[in-house]
Amino acid sequence: MSEKQTGTGLLGWIDARFPLTKMYEEHLGKYYAPKNFNFWYFFGSLALLVLVLQIVTGIFLTMHYKPDGDLAFASVEYIMRDVDWGWLIRYLHSTGASAFFVVVYLHMFRALIYGSYQRPRELIWIFGMFIFLALMAEAFMGYLLPWGQMSYWGAQVIISLFGAIPIVGDELTLWIRGDFVISDATLNRFFALHVIAVPLVLLMLVVMHIIALHEVGSNNPDGVDIKKNKDENGIPLDGIPFHPYYTVKDIVGVVVFLILFSVVVFFMPEMGGYFLEYANFVPADQFKTPEHIAPVWYFTPFYAILRAVPDKLMGVIAMFAAIAVLFFMPWIDRGKVRSVRYRSGAFKLLLVMLVVSFIGLGYLGALPATETRTLFARLFSVGYFGFFVGLWWISKNENTKPVPERVQ
Amino acid sequence: MVVGAVGMAAVAVPFLKTWSPSARAKTAGAPVEANIGKLQPGQLIIVKWRGKPVWVVRRDEKALGTLEKVVDELRDVESDESLQPEYAKNWHRSRKKEFLIMEGICTHLGCSPTYRPEITSDFQGGFFCPCHGSKFDFAGRVYQGVPAPTNLTIPPHYFVSDDVILIGEDGVA
Repeated sequence: MSEKQTGTGLLGWIDARFPLTKMYEEHLGKYYAPKNFNFWYFFGSLALLVLVLQIVTGIFLTMHYKPDGDLAFASVEYIMRDVDWGWLIRYLHSTGASAFFVVVYLHMFRALIYGSYQRPRELIWIFGMFIFLALMAEAFMGYLLPWGQMSYWGAQVIISLFGAIPIVGDELTLWIRGDFVISDATLNRFFALHVIAVPLVLLMLVVMHIIALHEVGSNNPDGVDIKKNKDENGIPLDGIPFHPYYTVKDIVGVVVFLILFSVVVFFMPEMGGYFLEYANFVPADQFKTPEHIAPVWYFTPFYAILRAVPDKLMGVIAMFAAIAVLFFMPWIDRGKVRSVRYRSGAFKLLLVMLVVSFIGLGYLGALPATETRTLFARLFSVGYFGFFVGLWWISKNENTKPVPERVQ
Repeated sequence: MVVGAVGMAAVAVPFLKTWSPSARAKTAGAPVEANIGKLQPGQLIIVKWRGKPVWVVRRDEKALGTLEKVVDELRDVESDESLQPEYAKNWHRSRKKEFLIMEGICTHLGCSPTYRPEITSDFQGGFFCPCHGSKFDFAGRVYQGVPAPTNLTIPPHYFVSDDVILIGEDGVA
């Protein structure tokens, strides 16, 4: 290895005992990333930024929040009104939750268009999907904590989904709730999971995601393997060190992101009822269901699929399948070409279908169901699953363009 | 390996069991009494039992009359698929024709339906769940073509006297 290992001074002392320089070089200083990263490559580092933001704001919120059925709602209002700057911490946390899903959805879409899930990056994708799953669990349990009407009834609906499981369903929902209805017991355990258990899992998964990424190296918009062309020192010809090149580039992304984020936090923290739903400003009432229950926007596509199916159990299965199918992307796509730039028109068409269906479902999932809307929701559900079926079908013998030897 | 796995599973049990309803939650699930002596025809009162809303409805002749008319539109007319004590497995789904005692929790996803006593040409009256549009008649029987799979649940109950009911126990009567 390099001569730095025999360095002197404090760094040398540390390096002899802890691989500080080695780790720095592996993950930043000498991690060679393809030189052609574009706009889509901001979202990984932004997701990390939002994760840190959520953890820090979350810690400060726990200092004032009370996970108790009688006190929770009032303690959130107390944070908003009486705690110095409490409103800011809370809005940062609530806006951060939505921002997390914005960047994660874009990050996942990047992987889809550039084939970043393909061999040899299957594990990166799977760890990523587990992160997505943990994130959804985190968001769902976090949403119960303000103990508003939407918190309460949203949780009631989602936990009841498990009741659709034959035989054990009812016992299982009773066990999850710890009571015959959503109650203080449920709130208290969701709090524990939200602030300790899931964040620990999330952090561990993020570390695994990054280690796996740095083991095989980053993909790029051309889908070209940059490790095939190396110079005499073994450095990829199309690679540049992550630091300083991409750290500086990512800072630009961070600045733009924080500007947009601040606009939401300071001027529209409720985002017209999409980030914070109006019904949640009413304390939970177990005897009164709100007129219209809708999940927060990031769950609406899956919720729309649930509602589109007329049978309870089948609806639940379809909803979970919509998430599960993503895990198998590396094997559903049988193509050898990664980037959309060199893939067939059929692939592009499928991609458009997926995007339209997903956004369509997301839109419908936030609205009360009517007959026309249910019809469209069914259409979009078919479109959503159709992407995966179609991809499996076309990718075997796809009419692709020649992929260049090196990045363009 | 196997011994280790068995040991791990054994240790996991107490942790998992902490999630079951606690003794206090179970005690709070004890039967409750309700006085129905002052209930007017058509009126609905809500009684809290195990944290759930339980409805007590005094149905008038008109409401009872609709039960015949809607039979063709129902999914589970005989309540074979639904949950109710044996004594409430009849056309009016109650011990006494007049009084309906029923859990106010939708069998779809646990929302609380609203009481719609008005009888119109579109809807013969009963209960409507605002969450996903499930409809039920005056005996809590589910209509066809809505997401709720079964009729609303009837809890165990009995008449302590003409004016008092006990919800949560079958009694002897």
